[in-house]
Amino acid sequence: MRNALVLYFQYVGVSIRGQLQYRASFVMQSIGEFWAHVTEFIAIWALFHRFGSIGGWSLPEVALLYGLVNTQWAITDMIGRGFDAFDTMVKSGDFDRVLLRPRATTLQLAGLEFTLRRLGRLAQGLAILVWALVALNILWTPGKVALFVLAVAGGVCLFYGLLVVQATLCFWTVESLEIMNVFTYGGLETARYPVSIYRPNFRRFFTAVVPLACVTYFPALALLGRADPLGSTLVFQYAAPLAGLIFLLVSLQVWKFGVRHYQSTGS
Amino acid sequence: MRPYWAMLSARFRTLLQYRAAALAGFGTQLFFGVVIVMTYQAFYSANTTPQPMSLEHVVSYIWLGQALFALMPWAPDADIRLLIRTGGVAYELLRPVNVYWLWFSRALARRTAPTVLRSIPMFITAMLLLGLQPPASLASGLAWGMATVCAVLLASAIATIFGIGMIWTISGEGLHRLVSPLVMLLSGMLIPLPLMPAWSQTFLRVLPFRGLADIPFRLYLGDIPPSSVGPMLLHQLTWVALLALFGHWLLSRAMRRLVVQGG
Amino acid sequence: MPHIVVENLAKTFQVAERDPGVWGAIRGLAKRRYRTVHALDGVSFSIEPGELVGYIGPNGAGKSTTVKVLAGILVPDSGRCEVQGRVPWKDRIAHVADIGVVFGQRTQLWWDLPVIESFDLLRDIYRVSKSDYTRARDELIAMLDIEPILDVPVRQLSLGQRMRCDLAASLLHSPSLLYLDEPTIGLDAVSKLAVREFITRLNRTRQVTVILTTHDMDDIEALCTRVMVINEGKILSDGTLADLRAGVTKERWLIVDLVNGEDTVTDSAANVVRRDGARVTLAFDPERVPTPELIRRVTANHAIRDLFVENPPIEEIIARIYRETKS
Repeated sequence: MRNALVLYFQYVGVSIRGQLQYRASFVMQSIGEFWAHVTEFIAIWALFHRFGSIGGWSLPEVALLYGLVNTQWAITDMIGRGFDAFDTMVKSGDFDRVLLRPRATTLQLAGLEFTLRRLGRLAQGLAILVWALVALNILWTPGKVALFVLAVAGGVCLFYGLLVVQATLCFWTVESLEIMNVFTYGGLETARYPVSIYRPNFRRFFTAVVPLACVTYFPALALLGRADPLGSTLVFQYAAPLAGLIFLLVSLQVWKFGVRHYQSTGS
Repeated sequence: MRPYWAMLSARFRTLLQYRAAALAGFGTQLFFGVVIVMTYQAFYSANTTPQPMSLEHVVSYIWLGQALFALMPWAPDADIRLLIRTGGVAYELLRPVNVYWLWFSRALARRTAPTVLRSIPMFITAMLLLGLQPPASLASGLAWGMATVCAVLLASAIATIFGIGMIWTISGEGLHRLVSPLVMLLSGMLIPLPLMPAWSQTFLRVLPFRGLADIPFRLYLGDIPPSSVGPMLLHQLTWVALLALFGHWLLSRAMRRLVVQGG
Repeated sequence: MPHIVVENLAKTFQVAERDPGVWGAIRGLAKRRYRTVHALDGVSFSIEPGELVGYIGPNGAGKSTTVKVLAGILVPDSGRCEVQGRVPWKDRIAHVADIGVVFGQRTQLWWDLPVIESFDLLRDIYRVSKSDYTRARDELIAMLDIEPILDVPVRQLSLGQRMRCDLAASLLHSPSLLYLDEPTIGLDAVSKLAVREFITRLNRTRQVTVILTTHDMDDIEALCTRVMVINEGKILSDGTLADLRAGVTKERWLIVDLVNGEDTVTDSAANVVRRDGARVTLAFDPERVPTPELIRRVTANHAIRDLFVENPPIEEIIARIYRETKS
């Protein structure tokens, strides 16, 4: 395990050194990603400017959700490129090289790329998050700090799991993968507002199947000390982010199954 | 006209082959539309002050945006990018044609083919199931059709500029990365422009970007009456002309650079 | 004990077929037709430690399927396969730690990094101890003469330089078995010779077992003591180059340079197989007509500038083997 971790960080170092050879391009892309999401938030701000609130949530409260989910995704996007771009790897046959090395396939793919340009996106997510936390005057307790960290970690696990599932699909088809964007980018769009505003089936889907609400909405309720119109308890709100971890563990099992399929068909 | 038409139709036919991508894109767009519509319903339900646009109109506006999403010039087209990266751009210079219009034709195909594939199922689904209203009147429908054609030209003109910019690799990357988010925000693709703050409306009216989405969508809804179609088309076409002029100038600068550096 | 034992290996693939056109695509959505391809159809062989085996066959013959099975990244439908007493796909990680693989078409080095950094990373991936690594690395660097290019990013290397670095990279963990997939493809003449010389030395001095797939018959003639020919999933021939020749034809070629380029050469015991200007190639069976006899007859009947006798080139032999399986 320690050895694997050391190797992972070596992979990361290699990836960063490679990208820094194109420094100007990396700086430009980071700024671009930051700016793209700033305009996105301007649109949200404009809606609050006109309507005041959504489902009883104010702009800073929604900004907490927005900042949380964007930070989660930005981190995942930064460390999950190996899975996200897995279709090109299967098409080119480079996955065979991964299998030819005496290390876990997941470790090799996770280490494949540490995408620096996502720092722009991460900076935007964190900036919104910090602004929200300052504007909200949350009464921090050790429990809340722990919950906050757990929520970010749970969200990263969940999104990472989605990328692993998306990569697993590549063993069967490399077409139509765009449909996975429904869960990643669609999830991002969904989770920036409280799920209580959505229709029940939709809500259930993002709580029980792809448990995005468990890493954003429920912990946010606990942080804000808001009562849940859906009736969740405080204990549930604290435990909910674990669903992200469970999702990742299940995804990794699915991945193993996919690799076995690949080894028997060699597609 | 012949070479440009040939380029347009060749690219168009190539792009029509990406049916699986279109199907997946349709599914994604449908999902996004459903989410966005629900958020507007939530915004409107708790708010009693009169708004510049009714919820019904906003819902239709959203679905039009989802249906015509592939039209937007949000990045340099992949084939131009590839052309420049592989040095294939040198061959383009060898052809006895105006490179600007050649690239414009490419951009035009890149806008129309995926849009045709994706928008038709989206229109049908949204109209039957998801609250997209038909055009306010026959006249509104016609006005919308004309404005959409102009929107395609406008989008192609912007995409062509992004493409030309790629010749200055880093600065070109910067250009599109800074401008394309603005295109999305100021065209009405992110939120309907009438919902933007009142003080911003003057700027929005002058800028070219509303010609991409806001003008055709509101003509469709009758929010802009069909009688005003003339000034609207004039707005769009003036900007197409200005951007084409700018594109020509930019390309001539880029060519000089290519000749000097040898590609 | 043999290094590799393969018995009756079989592998089939299902290939989806689609009719052309839009209608075909639509029908393909509803119901897919599959064609079964026998990539391996009862393949058996065994390879001793330290052998250098050429494995040849046309594209799609089953070469790479065999190599993938031996490498443990593909599971066959049936048959037995053991490499050093281990079933390759049963424990992938333990198995691949002891093999090296080079694909001529693809590099395993990190594109944007100096070569030496790729080497260092591979050391950690393969968990090679510091002292073993340093020894293996320095030896390989000296053998392949890559010292001057170690600090160059891989993307800036020529194909020949890159191949030498790739060879080193695949051997840093001192594997006992090396698969080379078209290691000389696209290389210039000098680089080809360097690669061949290295492979020979490696095989002789370190007793590394090498399996080489290639389309370049010069590679085979220069390197391999043993050649296996595969087509349509079946091994057609397995033995030395001389065995391979003898199995196909006893034919030899008499190549004649005529004084008069317009002249024609005819002999009852030989056929003209090739004609380039004044050079005529005659194929004959030395059992039907002894070589001196044929030379005597030809020199008696024609004005000759020069002549020599050789074996038909290996390409010719291989092409005949493929043709025979077709018919």
